[in-house]
Amino acid sequence: MYSENVIDRFTNPRNTGMIKGADGVGTVGNPTCGDIMKIYLKVEDETIVDAKFQTFGCAAAISSSDVAIDLIKGKTIEEALKVTNKDVLSELGELPPVKIHCSILAQEGIQAAVEDYRKKQAKKALKNSKK
Amino acid sequence: MQKVYLDNAATTKVSHEVLTEMLPAFNEVFGNPNSLHSFGREALNLVDKARDRVAAGINAERGEIYFTSGGTEANDWALLGLAMANKAKGNHIITSQIEHHSVLESCKRLENLGFEVTYLPVDETGLVDIAELLHCINQKTILVSVMAANNEIGTIQNLKTIAKIAHEKDVIFHTDAVQALGSFKIDVKDLDVDAMSISGHKIHAPKGVGALYVKKGVKIDNLIVGGGQEKGKRGGTLNLASIVGFGKAVETTVRDYTINNKKLKSLRDYFVSRVKEEIEHINVNGHNHQRLPGLASISFNFIEGESLMLLLDMAGVAVSTGSACSSGDLQTSHVLKAIGLAPEVAQGTIRFSFGTNNTKEEIDYVIEVLKKNVAKLRQMSPLKAKRVRK
Repeated sequence: MYSENVIDRFTNPRNTGMIKGADGVGTVGNPTCGDIMKIYLKVEDETIVDAKFQTFGCAAAISSSDVAIDLIKGKTIEEALKVTNKDVLSELGELPPVKIHCSILAQEGIQAAVEDYRKKQAKKALKNSKK
Repeated sequence: MQKVYLDNAATTKVSHEVLTEMLPAFNEVFGNPNSLHSFGREALNLVDKARDRVAAGINAERGEIYFTSGGTEANDWALLGLAMANKAKGNHIITSQIEHHSVLESCKRLENLGFEVTYLPVDETGLVDIAELLHCINQKTILVSVMAANNEIGTIQNLKTIAKIAHEKDVIFHTDAVQALGSFKIDVKDLDVDAMSISGHKIHAPKGVGALYVKKGVKIDNLIVGGGQEKGKRGGTLNLASIVGFGKAVETTVRDYTINNKKLKSLRDYFVSRVKEEIEHINVNGHNHQRLPGLASISFNFIEGESLMLLLDMAGVAVSTGSACSSGDLQTSHVLKAIGLAPEVAQGTIRFSFGTNNTKEEIDYVIEVLKKNVAKLRQMSPLKAKRVRK
């Protein structure tokens, strides 16, 4: 059902964990559809210097998350936003049709984490301007 | 690598006794049971013997057993055939929310044909709400179909009570006993059922054979026409070898059920008690004692079942998920939903179903593999136990 690469990423994910004091955290998905994905970003000068994920879900969801993190690490925020589910799939290899939504979830996870980062930045800026 | 099969509720291996009985029916006795010559008569003798064995196993008469291709066919036929044959009396059917898909999908078909179907709710243990049955059974009700034991959580229904309620209103009672056969004594006269579906491959017969018991006098429409087999109700050349195997399997499963169930129950209870002791945040689904002896449905909180199933598979352990996710249906299991499990808990549910060949050593191995992989997935999961403030 799953390709070798998916199984490898699923059994030995490189990027699981959380980042304490992350600059951006995005949570997407819901338990009804079976997947919840949480992505953590550490950002310096608009560049993602570290990223981690935690996922409740099937092998496709876990491996998609793992690949997504690889795709955004070291990238700028702008570059990270350009990562799509197609990039996840081309890196990961084929997923069964019913599992394609997992790669979309990874894309949405990145976007949610970036959005959270932007919000936090805006808050910080507001705070600084008030000082 | 060690391999452990804990998915006996999905299917079982053909037993040696069954296989031995079947082998001559492939090439020694090979006639068409419908042929009038000696070859055909010899084959018919084997079919008769198998039919007698199946009938004896459930305390029915030979003429009340109709061979089918399995449990799904038997269920489809029972629902459609009984409803259509009795529609002059009414168009209302009662079933439960936790039936096998073959019953539920047949009910959907009947709804499209103008029948009204009530899907009875169940409590958190999986027992059908009897009060609700009493409440909704009416003059238009023609059929009640409630499974004997559930295939996902193992809960055994109060069949006698349900049969009594149906019969007081002169309503036909069908039960899907596919998962129940062999797990407890099933006597169609004592239980007072009018129709009952059973299957071979759950009791060490080959796949592709089953039967529908239809009580003498109960009207049912024909299923497959042409050929005249099974008294014209289910045409098609009989699946001789499989029917022979099925007959033997029913005979042996009924003969051995006390000793087998004792063993299954002790393996299951040992497994469940170790899981409870050694893995946090789990819940065991189904009824506390009205439950199939060889089945344990366990929800591992904060992780998803398919992932766990895959990791167990990689360690040689075969189980199945409670959710139907892997079959392409992304919805949570209808059974786990009906007993009130939250979606994320339902998603983390695994069914372990034991066989008489399993050993305590195998269970010990499974526990180790389980502990390791549950911990691994929990470490990756964003869901965590809420810390209770002291």
